[in-house]
Amino acid sequence: MDGLIELWNALPVVVQILLKIVVIMVPLMLMVAYYTYAERKVIGHMQVRMGPNRVGFFGHRLLGLGQPIADAVKLMFKEIIIPTGANKLLFVIAPMLSIGPALAAWAVFPFDAEWVLADVNAGLLYVLALTSLGVYGVIVAGWASNSKYSLLGAMRSAAQIVAYEIAMGFALVGVLVAAGSLNLREIVLAQEGGLLHWYWLPLLPLFVIYFVSGVAETNRAPFDVAEGESEIVAGFHVEYSGMTFAVFFLAEYANMILISGLTSLMFLGGWLSPFQGTAIESWFAWVPGIVWLLLKTFVFMFLFLWFRATFPRYRYDQIMRLGWKVFLPITIVWIVVVSVMKVQHTPWWFS
Amino acid sequence: MKRVVDYIRSLFLFELFKGLSLTGRYMLTKPFTLEYPEEKAPVSPRFRGLHALRRYPNGEERCIACKLCEAVCPALAITIEAEPREDGSRRTTRYDIDLFKCIFCGFCEESCPVDSIVETRVYEYHFEKRGEQIMTKEKLLAIGDKYEQQLAADRAAQAAVR
Repeated sequence: MDGLIELWNALPVVVQILLKIVVIMVPLMLMVAYYTYAERKVIGHMQVRMGPNRVGFFGHRLLGLGQPIADAVKLMFKEIIIPTGANKLLFVIAPMLSIGPALAAWAVFPFDAEWVLADVNAGLLYVLALTSLGVYGVIVAGWASNSKYSLLGAMRSAAQIVAYEIAMGFALVGVLVAAGSLNLREIVLAQEGGLLHWYWLPLLPLFVIYFVSGVAETNRAPFDVAEGESEIVAGFHVEYSGMTFAVFFLAEYANMILISGLTSLMFLGGWLSPFQGTAIESWFAWVPGIVWLLLKTFVFMFLFLWFRATFPRYRYDQIMRLGWKVFLPITIVWIVVVSVMKVQHTPWWFS
Repeated sequence: MKRVVDYIRSLFLFELFKGLSLTGRYMLTKPFTLEYPEEKAPVSPRFRGLHALRRYPNGEERCIACKLCEAVCPALAITIEAEPREDGSRRTTRYDIDLFKCIFCGFCEESCPVDSIVETRVYEYHFEKRGEQIMTKEKLLAIGDKYEQQLAADRAAQAAVR
């Protein structure tokens, strides 16, 4: 063990960071792959179907667990078609613009008290900036495809994301006020003290609004007008095929996982045990923090799928109304409420 | 008053939670799915699948070339040519059904005075070459011979209502 630590310390910093990135990215990519599988399974069962159950490994069906691998291999071998009249450079760059921020945001994500790639002080700001950068991928893709459907999808997506960005930003301001820090690790640590100390309770409206805005940001049902399979086919990525399409797909799911992870960090106490401060705390002392974080994240990831299976798509003006006329006022009011609570040292969250 | 109630209901996402609970409940029920090649749905005795020409128990073909089926066929899928056999009985020399034209309405079966042309329960078949979709008299008789037991049982089960 000592030898390993010595070897690790002997590595140049760049290599250390690269290795850390690999340690984050590989499980993330696996999670994305199996998230698509989980989506098909969960939505299938909600529609009283079975979902994929044929592709397994080594001749066994294994509930169709081989499906994401088969899908990935298929997409890799498909031809990338670039439409005539498309702007080739932008057309190819767009998927990268989409997935880059989705992955980069994980740099400041604390998986445990000490497990964070870059302990940035302005982590929250960084995350906010990167999650909104993703929209450029969508807009560029829609424009570069030289197709009406793509452009429509891109336009809708642009307006929608601008609207929800603001609600999301205000929700984060609430968290910032409550925790008194922009550092994600400190935000989690400020919630210490068990289930009732987490910010979901004092910031309940912001919690709901943050997650719903997150659904809108990632262009998921019921806010998926950018994609709108039933009206504008696939919206901004209608012209994409093969690996370029797969990258959009990866970005969408990576973003969903990111939003779920951030929600559990900021409102559900991240890696903190829910039994902190109760009589049974010691029973769960052996559980590593990342397990709690993953469990909380899975809850939100499941919510994404549940929403998709339940809600019909919002009409465009309804989306705008919800963003500007409902979420925005509520967040502003609640920021004031939180500030007052903070100033008054309301027990037990801010005492 | 109603507006206030509606406003509060929509603010607290009342209907949305109702919807979520519905899909949540359905997720826990057993899927209806039949896993097709391994499991098959039950087939009615009235099922109208692949055609067949039947024979009498003594081996004599039932068809007397009355051409009622050819006349009634709305898709003009049946072609019949007939002439007297050596023993003087009237028989078909050609009995073709083009399965690309056939709409499986079952009129041929209804119209047949001797229960010769019938539709079986078979619904799994395919063609690999052009021309294979023409069911000739030989093919139809072979299908009839193969499924005679099932066909006779289905006809008997339906006798009271036909």
